[in-house]
Amino acid sequence: MARFLLKRLALAVITLALVSVIVFAIAQLLPGNVGRNVLGGFATQQSVNHLNHQLGVDRPVYVQYASWISNFVQGNLGSSLEYRVAVWPLLSTSLLNSLKLAAVAFVLLVPLSILGGVVAALRRGRLADRVITLAGLSLTAIPEFVSAIVLILVFGLALKVLPVDATAPPGAGFLTQVKYLLLPSLALTMVLFGYIARMARAGTIEALDADYTRTAILKGVRTRTVIRRHVLRNSLLPTIAVIATQLGYLIGGLVVIEKLFNYNGIGQRILTAALNKDFTMLESSVLVIAIVYLAAALVADVLYSVLNPRIRYAEAA
Amino acid sequence: MSSIAVELVPAPATVARRETLRALLRSKTFLVGALVVCWWVFCAIFGATIAPRDPLAQSANVLAVPSVHHLFGTDQLGRDVFSRVLAGARSILTIAPAATALAIAAGTAVGLLTGYRRGAVDDIVSRLIEAMLSLPLVVVAIVVAVALGHSTLTLMVIVGVLFTPLIARTVRAAVLAERELDYVAAAQLRGEHAPYIMFAEILPNVMGPIIVEATVRVGYAIFAIAGLTFLGFGVQEPSPDWALQISDNYSLLAAGSYWWTVLFPALAIASLVVAINLVADGISQVLER
Repeated sequence: MARFLLKRLALAVITLALVSVIVFAIAQLLPGNVGRNVLGGFATQQSVNHLNHQLGVDRPVYVQYASWISNFVQGNLGSSLEYRVAVWPLLSTSLLNSLKLAAVAFVLLVPLSILGGVVAALRRGRLADRVITLAGLSLTAIPEFVSAIVLILVFGLALKVLPVDATAPPGAGFLTQVKYLLLPSLALTMVLFGYIARMARAGTIEALDADYTRTAILKGVRTRTVIRRHVLRNSLLPTIAVIATQLGYLIGGLVVIEKLFNYNGIGQRILTAALNKDFTMLESSVLVIAIVYLAAALVADVLYSVLNPRIRYAEAA
Repeated sequence: MSSIAVELVPAPATVARRETLRALLRSKTFLVGALVVCWWVFCAIFGATIAPRDPLAQSANVLAVPSVHHLFGTDQLGRDVFSRVLAGARSILTIAPAATALAIAAGTAVGLLTGYRRGAVDDIVSRLIEAMLSLPLVVVAIVVAVALGHSTLTLMVIVGVLFTPLIARTVRAAVLAERELDYVAAAQLRGEHAPYIMFAEILPNVMGPIIVEATVRVGYAIFAIAGLTFLGFGVQEPSPDWALQISDNYSLLAAGSYWWTVLFPALAIASLVVAINLVADGISQVLER
């Protein structure tokens, strides 16, 4: 197991290095002179040059990359070009907010979609299966801001049961915060539900058709026990792997949902940084997102290997 | 006599195609999806003509409640929402298929090349694809859109390029299975050139997955383009584009209940993408039987 995880970790580090190069390269594409953008059209060329030198953007590209990445690794994310303050305090607040939103979405998403998939598989070919499969398929296709608008109209404005705003008043308790995050999380959940439910359904059907399940049933084991001990244990493994790959979409969805609900999260940060050409903020937040995503994938790998005896015992064999 | 008999027996490929079509027409979900897609395609072509009012004309009658005069009400500039929903089909139904076509062309080429050649090119390209896919698509699109400026053409190219690795991955997997088959070895022994084998021999045999991928991708392209437009990086004013209508009017929701300005374009997007997904689902079920 340790070897499996080490290999995954090494791959994650390589991917991260590649991502950092890609992010840096794309940020270099941002048009315009950095100093000119910061100081505006009326500044003298001399002061623009001075600022460019101060920021270090007049150095060759590879030197800039090397200094950015070595600072990043040491935890120094530089200072925002737009706000002229350190990037990390701003970024960490947004990241924390986004993680709260993602956590609520995740807690809604995983049980709901697994339950949906398993129910669909157990009632294969019947009405419940058709409804769950078609609903999942349709919800996955609808852009998150569209489903969010419908949710706002229904729960926020027509029924008036949930707040339309995502940001709880300052000092609000845990439950109030969750209540404010319910609508945006539901919108994120709707987009991802179909895919995970489909995987859970496919996995469950495969396990139901397997010989060991038939053996268990013929042995006279109670249906409930067969499903719990034989079917679910095998069917949920691939689902866990799929959930990890969906985290990227979850984070991407945050950008849109945070804008719609005007929520101060990392998606909103990236959006404003891109619009204001604040490229130190942009590079760092994108790289932070990549780290979060790869870390989540790694956690899923650990979970997967802990749950899967074939990997858990691979070393002993 | 014999010549007539020959004509009566169609080529096997024609029979297969006819059977596929018949199976598709039996699928209810496919039919419903196809019907809705056809309606929006009709609107994309004639929507501005059949609209009761000019979708761009402003009036003093702002934020009017839906009524006989304005079926879907008016927006904050007094424009008729019903006419705008009809005319709004055009932008998304032009950009999304164009972006998909671009991605399919590029992705098929890359997939054929990496799948057929294998080796170092395959390793390097696959690693790059993995790295690209580990960033959320929206995030990459935003950064590139800011860098290149926003026009309809750049939007199309961005989505097309970002979808290329996804399609390349699917095509590559199909090619990997195909290249081991005898007909490829036979073509190699005949001394055919690699481009001929890739495009004339293997490509026709991997068309199934490519067609399925294309229909699914059109749906995702609409998803991505609508999202980018909502964020302000896509279709620009004064287009009656659906996502743009939502982006223009959603801030009114908190102030009061001007639900009609966003609900109808939202339903339009939702019905289009759901219909495309139903079509894609129908096609994949028939082709992957």
